[in-house]
Amino acid sequence: MHRSIRHLFHGVAVTVAMVLAFPAFNAAAADLKGKTVTWTIPFSEGGGSGRWARFVEPFLRKHSGADVRLKFVPGGGSTKGANLYAKRAKANGRDLLGTSGSTQFPFLLGDKRVKYDYGAWRPLLAYATGGVAYISPKLGAKTAAELAARKPSLKYGSQGATSLDLVPLLAFEMLGLDVKAVFGMKGRSAGRKAFMTGETSIDYQTSAAYLSKVTPLVKEGSALPVMSWGALDDKGNLIRDPNFPDLPHFAEVYEQVHGKKPSGTWFDAWKAFFTAGFPAQKFVVVPKGTPDDVAKAYEGAFNKMLADPEYIANKDKKIGTYDQVTGAAAELKFKAATQVPAEARKWVRDWLTKKYNVVF
Amino acid sequence: MLDALLEAFSTLLHAQHMGFLVVGVLLGLVVGIFPGLGGIVGLSLLIPFLHGMDPVSALAMLVGLVAVIPTSDTFTSVLMGIPGSSASQATVLDGFPLARKGEAARALGAAFSASLFGGLFGAVILTFFVLIARPVILFFTTAELFMLAVLGISMVGVLSGNSIWKGVASCGLGLVVGAIGGAPATGEERLVFGVDYLADGIPLVVVGLGIFALPEVVDLLRGAGAISRAHALGKGWLDGLRDMLRNRWLCLRCAGIGTLIGAIPGLGGSVVDWIAYGHVVQTAQDKSQFGSGDIRGVLAPESANNAKEGGGLIPTLLFGIPGSGSMAVFIGGLVLIGLEPSPRMLTAELHVTYTIVWSLALANVVGAGLCLFLSPAIARLTTIRYHLLAPFMLMVISFAAFQASRDIMDFVALVAIGLLGVGMKRFGWSRPAMLIGFVLADQIETYLYQAIQFHEWGMATRPGVLIIAAIIVVSIWLGARNRPTGEPAAEAPRRHARDLAPQLLFAGFAVGVFVIALADSLRHTLLAAVFPASAASVMLVAGLFVFWGIWRSAGEPTSYNEDAERPGIEGHETPERGIWYYLNWLLALLGMTALGGFFISLNLFFLAFLRREAKESWSRTVVLTVMADLVLMFLSWLMTLDLPEGLLQHAVPDLPWPLGPI
Repeated sequence: MHRSIRHLFHGVAVTVAMVLAFPAFNAAAADLKGKTVTWTIPFSEGGGSGRWARFVEPFLRKHSGADVRLKFVPGGGSTKGANLYAKRAKANGRDLLGTSGSTQFPFLLGDKRVKYDYGAWRPLLAYATGGVAYISPKLGAKTAAELAARKPSLKYGSQGATSLDLVPLLAFEMLGLDVKAVFGMKGRSAGRKAFMTGETSIDYQTSAAYLSKVTPLVKEGSALPVMSWGALDDKGNLIRDPNFPDLPHFAEVYEQVHGKKPSGTWFDAWKAFFTAGFPAQKFVVVPKGTPDDVAKAYEGAFNKMLADPEYIANKDKKIGTYDQVTGAAAELKFKAATQVPAEARKWVRDWLTKKYNVVF
Repeated sequence: MLDALLEAFSTLLHAQHMGFLVVGVLLGLVVGIFPGLGGIVGLSLLIPFLHGMDPVSALAMLVGLVAVIPTSDTFTSVLMGIPGSSASQATVLDGFPLARKGEAARALGAAFSASLFGGLFGAVILTFFVLIARPVILFFTTAELFMLAVLGISMVGVLSGNSIWKGVASCGLGLVVGAIGGAPATGEERLVFGVDYLADGIPLVVVGLGIFALPEVVDLLRGAGAISRAHALGKGWLDGLRDMLRNRWLCLRCAGIGTLIGAIPGLGGSVVDWIAYGHVVQTAQDKSQFGSGDIRGVLAPESANNAKEGGGLIPTLLFGIPGSGSMAVFIGGLVLIGLEPSPRMLTAELHVTYTIVWSLALANVVGAGLCLFLSPAIARLTTIRYHLLAPFMLMVISFAAFQASRDIMDFVALVAIGLLGVGMKRFGWSRPAMLIGFVLADQIETYLYQAIQFHEWGMATRPGVLIIAAIIVVSIWLGARNRPTGEPAAEAPRRHARDLAPQLLFAGFAVGVFVIALADSLRHTLLAAVFPASAASVMLVAGLFVFWGIWRSAGEPTSYNEDAERPGIEGHETPERGIWYYLNWLLALLGMTALGGFFISLNLFFLAFLRREAKESWSRTVVLTVMADLVLMFLSWLMTLDLPEGLLQHAVPDLPWPLGPI
């Protein structure tokens, strides 16, 4: 019920914004009609980015008139496709790239495979998600703070320390939890399965997967949510995830455990990676030199998509409950997700090397 | 359950549902016939059309497509010796020799009727299995998965041909190739040598095509005839059907194996056909014909690989845990039509699950029926002069390899693995054993590491582990029972050699590979090194055994001494052209691609090959080349895929498609 009301509000708000902004778009926007546009997805067809792009693509096609074609270029955990894009894409609006957390993370970490630079790109659309950590009720703890106080030995099935799992691993560490990460999981669904077989006792899922696949476990009493990673407000502050208003976010739990708000280099680092992995997980970008009217035309098309009743009716079910944003809001997220203070980067790299033997 | 089943059937038999199912099946047939373009590509092509369709029809189309791919990929496996997808690699072993004997239609008839049977029986099993699926699936922790991978490896025993040590060392080559890339426990890059491509590991498609298809192409070209040695094709497809009926219990068992292994997430579909094949060899009384055209070697993998898709649906639908790459895309398709995988598929939405399960079965009937109907016509391909077919085969193989990771290095890896395959074939090293090692390398390592982390020593006393261990023991015992010891199969020409130098060189090469793997592993941390180091050490011993065995044979016929090229004593004919003659054509194709890109290179190759080797007239040469171009351009356009690029494309980035990027 409340979700549909939220939708209605959202729809109305976007429509009003559109109507107000329409003359401006009309004056400035270039015509994309009939142009062939290649949208590179640096992953294989089966992943989350493929799912997202396939949902967005028909709307982009409809509202821009461009003949949008998805081009999947898997390899190197998306660095290969992004490198190729950086080298090849022309600044004429015919080449789009869909990035993801796995594209942002190696860039932020200064991975040697990365030959692309987010500073050379301009965001057109930003996609958000969140994450929820849950534990086995057998541990006896009811909340994250209780868990941190009892310090049982926990196991966590991970895809790798430099993957999106960096965010939970660092969070566990800073809460003082005794978590042994077991690597080599092929995706979050494998991690979830290890939790279900009882091999691990703590796990996390992104919001959409949590809602559809962990909620039934919570209902039957075999999983217990303890915290979300949080969300960002308009100013970039960490707040409770609107999808999980009853769950404390990471910084709240930290405060409960340590009696003070998290701060310092490590927290700057955590927040940068959290942003790049969750509330600013995916972007559609073009090269920075793309003519402004062309970029505006895309923005206009994406804005129309956001107001499209069909989009609104299907979005939650198909790509998740968070709003996608364009324009200044997307810019803000883009900055937060692709810039990390030098000492914070160094701190994370050192931590990864010390704790998980990661070689840079 | 009964209500749900009835509701499912009423949806199923709806005309609209049937119609879209058939559309999906037809698309799957077309995609499946092209080797390498399996379910992932098919579903990706289909998904754009799903927008705005009503969920029932969309679902029917999706399922129709998924169901038929392990059926239609059999065509190239049997007719060309090219594994159509990872699901029918084992079919090549006996299917292709049958085609060469002129029994292609019989082999296809058997394969498709087994597919049909496997699919139907799989659906029956699933109908009941769904109800107990959750505890069964959750029973398989990493410890059990590790044991299942070991069971897979134990099949090497029955697939290793004359010499068990050669089989073990072949498997070792696979393990080493499989260890290339990031270590599962630490992410360290192993055996990468600074090549970015290797960091992701070599794709299975590339290894499968290289190890099986390329050596066949080379041999067929040297044979200078058609694929079928017989002049008449025979009206064999009814015989194939009879073969299936005669071996119905075998098909039943293999369908069961396929369903269950398919339903266990984490093992992956690519071992199912090998386990089924291993099973039939183990349990057969007379093993002499396996590998040279035993119809049971076709029936077993084919009845298992169709049942597998149904099994794979279960963890996909219930937990959203895809059992394979194509299931991952299938989930994407489900979500697009508004079906979210969840445990509700077992309770409130059980009828949807049943609709999917039985749609799959129905699609199998339609798909296998269509394939049976088409097979006499398609089997005629085997009567065409191979010099005309070869350029097309090479184009299809290269394209299939290339679309694996869309990197020119796919092509390089294909040729490198192809050279290895040519050597293994010539010297009697088991290629199936190599492939099994490759497929299971990652799983054995990952699951062992994870199981030890999760269960520590308690792992050894888990009931599931003990049960599977018992199965492994029985399986090895069955395999060792009346194993032909030392003596090559009766009718096969004695292929031992007087001149041992080439064999020793090859065995020395294998030993060298193991030494390099061992040396590389020493640079890594314990967790990343322990698997490649222990595998390479064992294999080093096996490799040295083989080397010593060949050396000691002193040119006499022993199980070690095997070389198809250097005849020993009898009047064994070797073809006019040497192995390297056609390999050089292949290397030229690769070299030219590195210079001018795939499109230009392939055109030159077609013109030169058809003129010089096939001795065709200019007009036919040009017509065939243009046909190839059109197919290539169509595929490239359809999949938005840049063809492999060479120096030319790097120097001149703005070349128009298809010369440059799309």
